[in-house]
Amino acid sequence: MSLIMNEQSKVETVSDVSRARDAQDYVRIVDVVKKFDETVAVNRVSLSVRQGELFALLGSSGCGKSTLLRMLAGLETITSGQILIDGEDLAALPPYKRPVNMMFQSYALFPHMSVEGNVAYGLKQEGVPKTELKERVASALDLVQMTRYAKRKPHQLSGGQQQRVALARSLVKRPKVLLLDEPMSALDKQIRQRTQIELVSILDKVGVTCIMVTHDQEEAMTMASRIAVMSEGNIVQVGTPQEVYEHPNSRFSAEFIGSTNLFSGVVVEDEPDHVYIETPDMPTRLYVSHGITGPLGMAVTVSVRPERIALSRKAPSDSQYNTARGVIANVAYMGGYTLYHVRLDSGKVVMANVSSLALDDIDAPGWDEEVWVRWSASAGVVLTK
Amino acid sequence: MSTPIESPVAAARTPRPRAAWLARLRPSGRTLVIAGPYTWLLLFFFVPFLLVVKISFADMELGIPPYTELVTIDQGVVHVALQLSHYAFLLTDSLYFATYISSLQVAAVTTLLCLLIGYPMAYYIARSNESARNLLMMAVMLPFWTSFVIRVYAWIGILKNNGLLNNFLMSIGLIHTPIELYRTNIAVYIGMVYSYLPFLVMPLYAHLVKMDLRLLEAASDLGAKPWKVFTTITLPLSKNGVIAGCLLVFIPAVGEYVIPELLGGANTLMIGRVMWNEFFDNADWPMASAVACAMVVLLLVPMALFQHFQAKQLEEGRK
Repeated sequence: MSLIMNEQSKVETVSDVSRARDAQDYVRIVDVVKKFDETVAVNRVSLSVRQGELFALLGSSGCGKSTLLRMLAGLETITSGQILIDGEDLAALPPYKRPVNMMFQSYALFPHMSVEGNVAYGLKQEGVPKTELKERVASALDLVQMTRYAKRKPHQLSGGQQQRVALARSLVKRPKVLLLDEPMSALDKQIRQRTQIELVSILDKVGVTCIMVTHDQEEAMTMASRIAVMSEGNIVQVGTPQEVYEHPNSRFSAEFIGSTNLFSGVVVEDEPDHVYIETPDMPTRLYVSHGITGPLGMAVTVSVRPERIALSRKAPSDSQYNTARGVIANVAYMGGYTLYHVRLDSGKVVMANVSSLALDDIDAPGWDEEVWVRWSASAGVVLTK
Repeated sequence: MSTPIESPVAAARTPRPRAAWLARLRPSGRTLVIAGPYTWLLLFFFVPFLLVVKISFADMELGIPPYTELVTIDQGVVHVALQLSHYAFLLTDSLYFATYISSLQVAAVTTLLCLLIGYPMAYYIARSNESARNLLMMAVMLPFWTSFVIRVYAWIGILKNNGLLNNFLMSIGLIHTPIELYRTNIAVYIGMVYSYLPFLVMPLYAHLVKMDLRLLEAASDLGAKPWKVFTTITLPLSKNGVIAGCLLVFIPAVGEYVIPELLGGANTLMIGRVMWNEFFDNADWPMASAVACAMVVLLLVPMALFQHFQAKQLEEGRK
């Protein structure tokens, strides 16, 4: 959570600077379609990325996120639509003339060149004078703390070091937009989180606008200031990590980002500040403290995050809504919290994350013991899609 | 059921230090497998070669075989007679020297032409889609289904004065008198390039097809124009394929006999023909053997180079 807060403050500092007149629309993707033969990989996607932000395209494999990134780099042609960076249409530019650089998945470092040679490659193509080239390569290597490995070949480096060389190589040309394709996928799980934080702090220092592609929701939440959730070539939701997590706009977002409990039901009362929903899964009505737009009787889904669900051994005093009795079907100790699977009388299994502190209060119920689940009115989110 | 399965495993795990040196002497399966080809090479390649070396130090003699023995025992005295004059003759006679130079030159030009034609071919095949790739590689290897000598004979039919090529060119009115190709050096080059091209295309293709295309995308992304991508990434990364292919063409091309014999003219000097002449026309086996040995020595350098690059490549493959 603290990481996400850091990201939030980062967004604010960047917007304070407001360097460009159109900082809000630094990168504009307008109605972009990509077809491979008859398969639609990217379907009328429109997005705006602000200057200086770290924007993540998040989705499972085959959702079109990588294709979108490759179209930005010019490695795929656009079937229809437009991509503009800083007001300039990229359509006519071949990849080698675009003001973007990409950090490739598994880095694509040139195996026959040293670290230095890899970083200098882009500048050589530009015809940068020798002294300036040396300085810029040195400062790029310094930025990623790889100066002492300058003479090594890529295969002599660890995964994390290779990643830093790839980063230096793509930053040294001072691109307007840096593209990151699955930046962590080639790293071991243990060093991923540390690397994520390091990478963000370097990118922060440089202040470059970044668009990254990932299938790992944790990675997107840790690194990005805003996330676009993609599915089958479409953008499902765009927002800050908090917005997307706390207020998913569809079943897909709710299930893809984190884990959640979903209850299908129909709307029986709809007021501007609350809705009542009846569901066969629960003995009581569901009460959600926000209004929706839709007719009564409409089929909806309510999403409740496991950490929002409280367990108790006795029936809650106020048991008119969001409450049900059940037995514990599974207990998994996760370290920081304990994950309970509670089978309600309806047969529905509800997941609840109980913090260690709360666990002591309810005297740690075990398998097959009877418990009550409940959650507050503000915990649920009504999903109409 | 479980005991007979477990017991050999347990036995293998128990260390038996006393028998260790014995085990080292006992041939393992691996040794036996390697021994097969080694024995073959020893018997059918190395021993005959030693015989040739032996003959090269003998003297010519009328009889069967047509050379003298190196070691004779006469009344209990061992006489060893090493005739070095053939080698001395090789060094002093300008004809042999010119032949060697000419052989190397023909091989070098052939290799260069093969590279210029073969690189674009291999590159194109490697960058085609997968189904086309296999079909095209089949096409490259298809000529091997016919005998090499027959294919060279076919070129006679194409290149001679009233052959296919001249007839075609005359029929469309491009030329009025046939071009003299058959029995010239040009015909030799055509035959050599035609015959050896697949040997260059195959290793080169193998290198180009396994190249990581993302490296090329990365180069392009970093601002390299297509030609620059080729010269700075593709070419250096296919270097070992180029070297392997060139040596596979160059080494056999130096000693080529059939093509210059069938397609070449009287002035096509190649070491293979000279050897043939010495053996069969002059019946000078010792001189012919010396010519052969000198050629082997000459080819040791490129062969060692080839070995070196093969080893290096294996090493890189392991990383």
